[in-house]
Order: sequence, then C-alpha cells, then structure tokens
Amino acid sequence: MNNAEKKPRTKREPLIYITKRSDLSLKKSLLIRAAVILGGILCCAIITMLLTGVNPINVFGSIINGSFGTPGKLWNLLQAAAILLGISVAVTPAFKMRFWNTGAEGQVLIGMLASVACMFYLKDSMPSFVTIIIMLVASTVAGALWAGIPGFFKAIWNTNETLFTLMMNYVAMQLVSFFLLFWDPSHGYLNPLNSDTKNGWLPTLFGRKQLIIILIVAVITALVYVYLKRSKQGYEISVVGESENTARYIGINVKKVVIRTVLISGALCGVMGWLLVSGNSHTVSTTLVGGNGFTAIMVSWMSKFNPIIMVFSSLLVCFLQRGAGQIASDLGTEMPGASNIGDVLTGIMILFVVASEFFVSYDVHFRRRTEKADKEVEKNVHA
Amino acid sequence: MNNVAIELRGITKCFGSVVANSNVNLKVYKGEILSLLGENGSGKTTLMNMISGIYHPDQGHILVNGKEVVINSPHDAFEYKIGMIHQHFKLVDLFSAAENVVLGLDGEGRFKLDEIEKQVLEISNKYGFNIDPKKKIYDMSVSEKQTVEIIKVLYRGADILILDEPTAVLTPQETQKLFDILRRMRADGKAIIIITHKLHEVLELSDKVAVLRRGEYIGTVNTAEATEESLTEMMVGKKVELNINRPEPVNPTERLRVMNIDCKNRDGVKLLDNVSFSVNAGEILGIAGIAGSGQRELLEAIAGLQKLDSGSIIYNNPKTGAEEELRDKSPLQIRELGVRLSFVPEDRLGMGLVGNMGVVDNMMLRSYRRGKSIFLERKGPTELANRIIQELEVVTPSAETPVRRLSGGNVQKVLLGREISSSPTLLMAAYPVRGLDINSSYLIYDLLNEQKKKGVAVIFVGEDLDVLIDLCDKILVIGGGCVSDVIDARSTTKNEIGYLMTNTKKGRRASDE
Repeated sequence: MNNAEKKPRTKREPLIYITKRSDLSLKKSLLIRAAVILGGILCCAIITMLLTGVNPINVFGSIINGSFGTPGKLWNLLQAAAILLGISVAVTPAFKMRFWNTGAEGQVLIGMLASVACMFYLKDSMPSFVTIIIMLVASTVAGALWAGIPGFFKAIWNTNETLFTLMMNYVAMQLVSFFLLFWDPSHGYLNPLNSDTKNGWLPTLFGRKQLIIILIVAVITALVYVYLKRSKQGYEISVVGESENTARYIGINVKKVVIRTVLISGALCGVMGWLLVSGNSHTVSTTLVGGNGFTAIMVSWMSKFNPIIMVFSSLLVCFLQRGAGQIASDLGTEMPGASNIGDVLTGIMILFVVASEFFVSYDVHFRRRTEKADKEVEKNVHA
Repeated sequence: MNNVAIELRGITKCFGSVVANSNVNLKVYKGEILSLLGENGSGKTTLMNMISGIYHPDQGHILVNGKEVVINSPHDAFEYKIGMIHQHFKLVDLFSAAENVVLGLDGEGRFKLDEIEKQVLEISNKYGFNIDPKKKIYDMSVSEKQTVEIIKVLYRGADILILDEPTAVLTPQETQKLFDILRRMRADGKAIIIITHKLHEVLELSDKVAVLRRGEYIGTVNTAEATEESLTEMMVGKKVELNINRPEPVNPTERLRVMNIDCKNRDGVKLLDNVSFSVNAGEILGIAGIAGSGQRELLEAIAGLQKLDSGSIIYNNPKTGAEEELRDKSPLQIRELGVRLSFVPEDRLGMGLVGNMGVVDNMMLRSYRRGKSIFLERKGPTELANRIIQELEVVTPSAETPVRRLSGGNVQKVLLGREISSSPTLLMAAYPVRGLDINSSYLIYDLLNEQKKKGVAVIFVGEDLDVLIDLCDKILVIGGGCVSDVIDARSTTKNEIGYLMTNTKKGRRASDE
C-alpha cells in the first residue's frame, strides 16, 4: 500500500471502545487481577485518608489485626469463612442450572429452626450422637422443602424463582419469630439449649470449637465439587443451565432435573443450618444467619460457580468484613461515624474484585493516534 | 460530473488482530447493479456496515459523488442518500406500511398520513411494487415486508441502495419480482449493491461482481464475462467441483411413515395440518418450503419434541421388522425402543450442541447415560471427539475449546459427526449447510450421501432449491403446515417447486406414489 498518498484524516471512532477478549493466558489474567486488586487497595487508602484523616497504614493495620491479631481471631475468621463457603457451595448447584435461588438465608434459617426444635423437644432423652443425627435429618428435610416449594412451582408453572425464593426468606423469619414466642411467650428469646449436658452439640476437637465446622464444610465443598464436575447428574445440571432446548433434545427430563437440583441445593442449605446450631449457636434467632445467605450469592458468582475458587473468595470476603469490624472498634472512640468506614472499604474492595473480572474478559481500547494505528493495521494486514 | 455514485478506496478494517477487510476498492456507478460476492465470513457485511455508518474504517476513504465523506451513524448515511435493507426486517408489527415508512423521520407537528400514503403509492407505482399502504405489517407476507423496507429507504430519498441477502427468504417467483423492481430502479439511475452468495442470481441480475475472500478484495469483473465456475474460483481461491453426486437408491424399503399428523400452537393456529408422507431407507427425502412453514415442527414431532393433536408416526425397525409408534413418546423412550434416530436441528448451538462446552463434552450429550456408574465416563467421548476432529478436519485449538468459538462449518461438522457416529437408521438434518462455505457444504453433502449408501433413511430440510433438486431423490414441498406435494427430484424444476411452495391445495395426492 502506498503510504505517500495517505493524508491524516479525522478518526471519529468513539473515544473508548470495548471488545471481548478471545483468549487470555492464565499468567496474564492473574496479573490483571493482581493489578486491579492493588488498585483497589490504593483507592481504599486514598478514600480513608480523605474521609478520616487517619494514616491509611494504620487502617490497613487494623484490617489485618482484625483477622490475624490473635489465634482466637484467626480461628473466628476461619469459621466465618467456612460458614460462608458452605452456604455458597450449597446455592451453587441451583445457580449452575441458572436457577437464581435468592432464598439461601431462609433455607439456612429454616434448617436452624428444625434443629433447634429437635433439641428443644428431645432434650436429654437420647444419646447426643443420636440427637445430632435426628437434627441433621430434620434440617436437611426442612431446607429441601423450603427450596423445593419454589422449585416445584418453577418446574411446573414456570414461576419466577428469584422472587419466590426471596419471599420465602421472610416466611422463614416469621416462622422463627413465631416459634420463639411459642416456646417463650414472655421474651421470645431462647438461650443456648442443653448448655449443661451438651446433648446435640458437635464435639470440640483439639480444644477448638471451630475445627469441626471447618472440617465438615471442607467435606461438603469437596463433595459438591466432584458432584458438579464428575457425576452424570452434575453434567445434566450444566446442560439444563446452558440450554433447556439442548436438554430436551437429548432427552433430559428438564422438570425432574430442576426439582432434583433445587432439592439438593435446599438440603445443603438445611445442613448448613444444622451445622450452625449444632456446632456454634445451639439456638436460633431471626438474625443468626447474618446475611450470609445473601453474601453467598455474591461469592458463588464471583467464583464462577467453582467450589474451589469459592474457598478463596469466602476467605477474602470474611477477611474484609472482620477488618471492617476492627476499624470500627479502633476508630470508633475517636470519631463518630467511623464505624461505617469499614463497610465503605469492604464495598470498594468487592467492587474492584468484580471489576477485575470485567478486565479479564474485555479489552478496553482508547481511540488511537492515526499514525500509530496505521502502523498497527499494516502489521496485522501483512501478518 | 462523473457518474460514480459511491467509491471505496483502500478500505481496511481490523477487529483486534483479525483483519475483516483489507484494502478493498469498490466503485459503483449510477444506474448500475453490483453484486458483492463472498463466502460467509469474507467481510461483506463488515464492508457494508462501514458504508451505512455502523463501523468506521481503520484506513481508506469513502467517496460519495466524488467527495470524501465520514459516515458516523446510519443517520449520516441517509444524509448521503445511502439506504440499507437488512436481512432481518426492522418493522413495527402493529403499524401500517405507511406508518412504518415515516417512522423515525424528523418533522414538525403531526404527520399527514393521507399524503404519506399517497407518496408511498407513487413510489410503489413508479417501480412496480404492489403494496397497500394501509395494510398492517402483521398481515403481511415476508416478501411484502421486504417491500416496505425498500420503500422506506426510497421514501427517504436514497440513491444508493444496499440489500443484504434479499432473496434468502423469497420463493423463486418472488425473487423474479424483486429483480424486476431492482432493474427498474437501475433504469432510474440508482446505484444498487446486492450482497448474496447465490451465483445464478449474480449472473442473472448484476452488471458487475466484486468478490471478497477472507477479508481480501479479490477483484471486480463484468458479469457478462463471468461464469459460475470462474466466480467460485475467485471466491474460494481454487477450482471447485460444483456437481453434487446422486447415487441411485439401492433396494428402498419404507423406514418411516407419517400419517395425518396435526399440531397447533398455543393460540390454536395449525402448525402442521394433516401431514402424511413416508421415507425410504437408502433415499434422501428433501423438504422444501418457505422458512417457517412447519419444517421445524415436523422434524421435532418425529424426534419426540413436539406434541401432536392427532395422527400417527410409524417406524419400521429394520432389525426386528417390528412397527413402532413414535407419537407421544419422549426422545428417551424413542431411543429405548431401539430407534436409531439422529437429528441435526436447525439451531445448532441452541439445541444440537452446548456452545459453552468443548467437543468432548458435546460428544457426551448422546452417550453420557451409558453404564451404571453415577460418574461420567470421559474416555469414550474423548476418543470420539478426537476421531471426528481428525476425520472431518475440524479446525479447533483443542477438543476442550468451547464450540461456540468455532466457525459455523466446524460447528456443523462436530454436530453432524456426532449424530452420524451412532450409526443411525434415520437421519434428519435441518438446513445443515446454512452459513457454511462452499467446501464445507460439499463435505456435508458427501456425508449425507454416504449415509444414504449405507441404507439410512435421510430427511434433508433445505433452502437452496438447486441443491435440493441435485441431491435428493424425492422432494416434499410444504406450505403453511400442509404438504403441497411429494415430487420426483429427478424430473422437477425450480419453478414447479416455487409454485407448490405458495399454492397449497389440501388433499392433493402425491403424484408419484
């Protein structure tokens, strides 16, 4: 091509345009993620300085201190992460099928209620391990039922599962309130049950109450990973999620798979409810799930429905949450309103993590200078 | 004044490292029809999108009436009197033809619909359209909708018209009508660019042919000096044998009999109306008809995916000699009966395959149930995937690459390869060469013929009548859900099929049965 006859010409392409990346090496994608997260930390630092005037190094110190300050704090971090991970893993089979289960909070809560009810009525009538098993069964069934109702409606009448499962959360909360008042009409509050005999309590291993929760969640995570990746049912879930038409075409009974998967997802949430009661709280209240059912949705998405990545995502989220709590208590005495700065920082970090996914899948171009662009084009054409 | 309506000089467009157009030079004179010829993915649409303001060239110049222009939006394109008629119509169903024509135009106050209708009629009379400006779009046939699209750009004063595969949805008769209109526009001094890959239409209609191959501009030739062979060679880059084999059927016996099947959609409209026919082993039965005449429902009914209101589908099992009723059975039940039915659906990535899965996982779709284990067996599917990739020369980075990233031809090879691998006794393929380049298309025809020789009963739903006539043994013509006729492919003509596509007579008996 003759360059001499070309004159500079106004390029009126948009200033910024975005294209999808086709292939990206693992190394490069990790680099992008690291860079974006670094940017997030920097952004956090600047915002903290502007808002509080406190040296950001101190703030980061607080965050790290909140998670790793003492062995106790570390164990609490691990337990919190395990619980979040467990619930994230529980919602994943449904998500993988593109069934947007926003009802994990309620499914866990109803599982907790079922376990507490077992403890409340059984008391010491059975050996502890029998009580624990009965609790487990009851919670599993309760969780499965709570997810199964919207699942059934979705499969048969194609109702919107997002709204339905969300509403079921409130029904679960009201049920818990009802039973608390039913059991204790004067206060509507239940102290930890069987604190004297520890009947229905999971055992404490190596002096750490948190350990058994972490172990059980690890087993659940591994099982779900294998189920989704290697089993025939897991394959059916992927096919139904990707394209219902393809599923019908190869003879998958879509309704059956939807109901089955939602039942499994709900049952796992129920198991998490049991774990919370039997391993930690030994009682129930409407706030004990603590929003984990919703955070789990984000964790599952962030991890692209891969249980192994969820281990890291839930650790990161809990680390930030704990750090936020620490900032609030460290700064709280000096300045009112500081308690919220932790949440602001958590929000910023999560935003950056989500943004890193964007930069991994898309390439952002800026309008190029004519000469440079011409050279690039030449290179491509001759390649 | 020169007579060049639009000129492209050295147009280059890259998407990332992919070169979509490289140094393309085009000149269209007033009163001339230029065909833009090229296989799928050769950059025809990208080029036209640059003229109509959707993309911007990286290099090169666009000149309208001899003056260089920068076209930033479709609106700009209209300023330069360039009008594009897209393959997929962009009309509001609930509006009348005249309302659609003025939709989106600037103007003060209220539109005077009477006057607009009059103007529409004027344009319509001038070029020989046949249109009622008051008619609503939802009452219109495909060809009428296309007419509205063309009038729309003429109403806006377009002197340069670009038509993107306008004949893909038309019957031969409607195509002739359209060509007459285009010729009248040419006589009126309009410059017309028509994108197509049907060679005989190029030869019949255009004055000049510009050929693109993989983004490269190959050249422009006068149609008078071109032949189908020479154009194909320009398109593909080498000589291609354009003959389709048709081996004589050996010992045809009835494999599938469809009797009086009916089905309705949710609104009670009949999608299939008393359809009866039979397919023989060792024969290819072609199905011809305007898109959406019930072809999809018919195949899905046989595959167990479409509920029927009445009728019967009988399969003769060649192994046992038993007659099996397939109606009201699920795909899985049909399989369990021992019916080896393979189905290449029209929607390859949305039905036949899972786009986000690799070749291996897509092979598993048919076979994953095998064995008692609750876990997946990946060895067999991996071997099959590698075999298909090798034998059918599928171009893919690996057997695990999501198939949606492959080109149309490779996707089709994966799908057809899987369906054939289960050694079917009945093979149904819906539009198996749609969007494929010439080489891939001929490979697909060969594969279908191979199955035919093996004694498979093949049903082939096609859109290119020339191919149907050359490849099939019998052709069933379907119109509005009814069987118009079943004709012998060896003795029919395109016009006969085209006539049958639009003139359905209920109760007509198949002539050669």
